[in-house]
Amino acid sequence: MTSATLHSDATRQQADAWRRQTSLRRFYTALGVGLLLVAMFATMWFADEANAGHFFDRLPHILDFLSWLVPKDWNDVWRALFDIASPSDKGTQEFNFPLGRVYIWGGFYIPEYFELMLTTVNVALVSTFIGFVFAVPFSFIAARNLTPSPTLRLVIKRFMELLRAFPEIVIAGLFAAIVSIGPVAAIIAIGLHSIGALGKLFYEINENIDMRPEEGLRAVGANWFERVRFADLPQVLPNFMSYTLLRIEINVRISTIMGAVGGGGIGEELKLAISRGFGAKTLALVLLLFITIFVVDQFSAWLRRKLVGEQAFLMSA
Amino acid sequence: MSTITADEIRAIETRHPQIFQRPAYKRFWPVLLIAGTVLYLGYALWFFSLPQVLRESHWERLPLFLSQWISYDLQPEFRLDQPEITPKYPRFSALGEHPNPDWVIKNPDGTYTVQIDGDAKSVTFDKTRAAITANGVTVPIVLTGGKSVITGTVPDWVTVHDDEIVAKLGFVGEVRVTVDRVKVRKRFLGWANFVFDTRSPFFGKPYSEVISLIVSGPELKPGTSNLALAADNFWNNAQWQHGDVWTKLLQTIVMAFLGTLLGGIVAFPLAFFAARNITPSGVLSQVLKRFFDFMRSVDMLIWALFFTRAFGPGPLAGSAAIFFTEIGTLGKTYSEALENIDDKPREGVLSTGANEILVQRYGVLPEVVPVFISQTLYQWESNTRGATIIGAVGAGGIGLKLWEAMRTNSNWANVFYMVLLTLLVVFIFDNISNFLRRRLSRTLHDYNRLQAERG
Repeated sequence: MTSATLHSDATRQQADAWRRQTSLRRFYTALGVGLLLVAMFATMWFADEANAGHFFDRLPHILDFLSWLVPKDWNDVWRALFDIASPSDKGTQEFNFPLGRVYIWGGFYIPEYFELMLTTVNVALVSTFIGFVFAVPFSFIAARNLTPSPTLRLVIKRFMELLRAFPEIVIAGLFAAIVSIGPVAAIIAIGLHSIGALGKLFYEINENIDMRPEEGLRAVGANWFERVRFADLPQVLPNFMSYTLLRIEINVRISTIMGAVGGGGIGEELKLAISRGFGAKTLALVLLLFITIFVVDQFSAWLRRKLVGEQAFLMSA
Repeated sequence: MSTITADEIRAIETRHPQIFQRPAYKRFWPVLLIAGTVLYLGYALWFFSLPQVLRESHWERLPLFLSQWISYDLQPEFRLDQPEITPKYPRFSALGEHPNPDWVIKNPDGTYTVQIDGDAKSVTFDKTRAAITANGVTVPIVLTGGKSVITGTVPDWVTVHDDEIVAKLGFVGEVRVTVDRVKVRKRFLGWANFVFDTRSPFFGKPYSEVISLIVSGPELKPGTSNLALAADNFWNNAQWQHGDVWTKLLQTIVMAFLGTLLGGIVAFPLAFFAARNITPSGVLSQVLKRFFDFMRSVDMLIWALFFTRAFGPGPLAGSAAIFFTEIGTLGKTYSEALENIDDKPREGVLSTGANEILVQRYGVLPEVVPVFISQTLYQWESNTRGATIIGAVGAGGIGLKLWEAMRTNSNWANVFYMVLLTLLVVFIFDNISNFLRRRLSRTLHDYNRLQAERG
């Protein structure tokens, strides 16, 4: 009898404690959501106020704006893509497709947009290569378990953080004044950023390796380079490759944007086509860009799955 | 010491064929990869015509630009063909309307001395002769023969042109002498007029005086308190544009916040219909997943350009661009997180007869909410960085301002000011997001531990 009362007392106390805790938690959740909503509406208002056109004024005209996108003749999209003369060509910039042809050899040409897309992809690939080449040695120096000197580690880490956080657009602008505006400035900017971004991911991988092969090599008298080469590198290389592929995906996007601000490549042409309202050209460019990014993403995902298995899909959260 | 015999080597080789007899493609793929990379780099060298670009580049500008990030210069000019020598400063120079710097000295004998680095680096001149002192040497110049001529030896820091003599004095500046004028460039470390510009009544006053004016001085502009006047002068500083820069920076922050939040709100319900283990319809799941891929692949730039055209330039266009991209990115990550959940809590709730919504609320949500929040915070962090670039195509924020300041190649101090502010913002938001995610992962960790204790 007594034990039963005690038991139910304890149960009631527990239930009360649980209820208190839950109601407090509900209160905090509601408060958090409320604050988030207030912040959302405040920032919405702010963004609308600061914008050149206001949301509700412009909303009815969205469809008009989309109407220029629809070309009079859908075949013009293909003609724009492959630089084939259009019957609508009256000497204006909107339909001057064949002018962009890049002749390679005799009558054989690469269509302008493919050439520009190639530039953008090449910028992304070369800058990822630069990032990889510098990030690998930096990551070995920055890893706690591989480098005994804390000063050296700290310097490299801070340097990589700076490279990562520094706005790419400023580096691009600075080098545009030195090596002339165009893809080379974009390569330098994206490459420097990639060093920082890849370096951080790489040294975190390095710090999580199995140290037993390293100890084995140390026991037979291997020096630092030999230990890194034969104990560390084989463990981390698949992950390095996987992150580099992910970086290629990101860099293709960044190099497109860089193009729009003068970095060469497809971004500039796209910006021009959209701002002047060239429907057929815009659709051709968007189609090409969409397919390229989609193919790069899928190819990289496939390769990453081969390299590190399902782990490839874990985002760095 | 025992040595290994050939037979033993063979025995080891046959015992471990997976190590010693790997197929050729496995043994040679690193070599092939490196050869391919080298070939590709050669092609890229040709594609970007890199040798030519590097030959035509101006690397000597780099230290000059970098020094301009943290310094400014003053360029007084002295006409020698006027009846009287008077210093002239360019319009809008950092010294204001009535410059009288103490490093330009009118000597009692009628000559002028400009101290570029104290007396160690200076130039003294009148209408007939000039003398440049630097590096322990004084170079006398005669200006009477219709041409500026150096009498004596020419040191290597002086260049003699047809009609002009240029003395480069390193970081601190330079002197250019012709028959009819002396031009000086003196460089100062720091940012000129960072607080008040030359039009402000507080310009040129020491900080103690400014503070005493604000606290107890007479009203400099009738009808306005000195504090309000000082704040207004600072906010509207013509050279540094603090007000505009900070507003634009706020726009960048708002773009990232609003775009990510709205993207999350829209992606949240869609992800449940895209997750194959939750949605009943395989077709719907496939359609939604392709939709997410589409939103991601169209790319933030294209969205930004479209919305800039639709809504006009500004943060609304930028927010909308980030919003549309984030629907794709967050939708994909959310649905992947949902597909990786443990199905047992769901089945438990389902077995009590709960309806479909309650099953999601109590059987699925507790498991995925920390993951969702963590992914969203991560995207928020990366969008804060990305919003800077998007701005440069017209989507609002600090990006466009940075780009415009850089285009003239003359405003590097302003660029550096904005870069510092951007770095500060990125740093702060990284830390907020990291802190929140650490708290979350602790919650997750506690949850897992409790689960383990209960068995």
